[in-house]
Amino acid sequence: MTLTDLANPTKFLALTARLLPWLVGATILLFLIGLYQSATAPDDYQQGATVKIMFIHVPNAWLSMFVWAVMSAAALGTLVWRHPLADVAAKAAAPIGAAFTFLALLTGSLWGRPMWGTYWEWDARLTSVLILFLMYLGLMALWRAVEDPSRAARAAAVLTLVGAINLPIIKFSVDWWNTLHQPASVFRMGGPTLDHAFLIPLLVMALAFTLLFVTLHLAAMRNEILRRRVRSLQMMQASQKAA
Amino acid sequence: MSLGSYASFILASYLAAALVVAILIGWIALDYRIQKRHLRELEESGVIRRSGRSATEIK
Amino acid sequence: MSALGALIQRDIRIALRVGGGALIGVLFFLTVVVLMPFAVGPDLKLLARLGPAILWLGALLSSLLTLDRLFMADHEDGSLDLIAMARTPLELACAAKALAHWLASGLPLIIATPVLGLLLNLDVPATSAVAMTLLAGTPALTFTGMIGAALAVTLHRGGLLLAVLVLPLSIPVLIFGVAASEAAITGPHSFGAPFAILCALSLVSLVVGPFAAAVSLRHGLD
Repeated sequence: MTLTDLANPTKFLALTARLLPWLVGATILLFLIGLYQSATAPDDYQQGATVKIMFIHVPNAWLSMFVWAVMSAAALGTLVWRHPLADVAAKAAAPIGAAFTFLALLTGSLWGRPMWGTYWEWDARLTSVLILFLMYLGLMALWRAVEDPSRAARAAAVLTLVGAINLPIIKFSVDWWNTLHQPASVFRMGGPTLDHAFLIPLLVMALAFTLLFVTLHLAAMRNEILRRRVRSLQMMQASQKAA
Repeated sequence: MSLGSYASFILASYLAAALVVAILIGWIALDYRIQKRHLRELEESGVIRRSGRSATEIK
Repeated sequence: MSALGALIQRDIRIALRVGGGALIGVLFFLTVVVLMPFAVGPDLKLLARLGPAILWLGALLSSLLTLDRLFMADHEDGSLDLIAMARTPLELACAAKALAHWLASGLPLIIATPVLGLLLNLDVPATSAVAMTLLAGTPALTFTGMIGAALAVTLHRGGLLLAVLVLPLSIPVLIFGVAASEAAITGPHSFGAPFAILCALSLVSLVVGPFAAAVSLRHGLD
């Protein structure tokens, strides 16, 4: 089934209906494995048991950027190829990405409290994720500000791509700013080389969260297609009544 | 499994993650039901899609 | 005179007129900078320490305020449609409008900086450093902000959304602008490195801004 076949919303809905049960099952399975492995992982030499927070924090931080990449690909689909499902894919992904970003911030803050003594620290990584979160919220606001769905999609596509270009710049500048104003306490977040005992649960949880995103994204795309169908039928109904 | 002195932080993280995911799932499931209900109501009021297919058809 | 030259001249003239808003930007800059000591306290040493940051924040907020005007007035009276349909590429027209906007709104900020530096107890080297970084950085603010202005032009309450969209994109400019100023004043760190990056950001925005704004306008106006 090629991408052009999938451009037909009805075919896409049929595909989604077939795929979703499998995706849900696979996601649940991976989470069960991942959670078990996280629970049984050893304590870190420096951080003790709080290293377990990393198994939630890192996948969510990774996904917050991955979802923006997915939206950027969808944005290209909207602007360059006018693929009809690109609009739907972009709009459906934004709230999910925002939720993962929020979780990354929250768990990062909870991980930081034992390490730094405060709930918030203007650490380079947390600060860039905070800016990313603001960009997600701005994008969601833009989606809701324009009434016509295809115009909203094109405006959102431009903002998504501009954001994608800016993200490396923002990360670089925040990192640079942070090293200039290095806080008094020096800490290690996980460290450059991760022991197998921590790496395996981390990868499994990352995979689980990614599958969760794919599942939620497909379901949200299905909802968005239905919402557009409702909108066009309502407009048809209004014009039929007027006639 | 002893979680050490910061057990509440670890539990709070996992619970927060579970809560946010649950809210996401709940919102998507609820939205699905709402859209299906709208489509049903529209079909009952006699609106016909351009393709002639039923409004509530998914497959 | 070429079409672009005419466009620039027109925009500057409109901006400098009474309802144009260019000088309002400077007034807002002055207000923000004057408000800061009321919030922070009259301690001159503290103000001198915070000086570059206060000036940069004031310039950032002031440029945000005037950005709304960039396309809105033309959209309201229909001239934006004419500009979009003209033979001159829309990207160049956007660049021309942004240039005019910077000349009318950004340049006055830089000229006002020495006076405001006095209020914040900044000495001459410090104020010149800040003014130079503003000179290099305000084009980035204008050209990046133009993207948000283009996105928000067709919305009713676009002004607030514009701010929300533009501010995260302005953060790198702010970081390097202040860092360069402070490096010139106090630092062991070099002034050259952050200043070069600031110039780079401006140059990149000179290219990306007009393209992104043109795409937004084309899609938003049809």
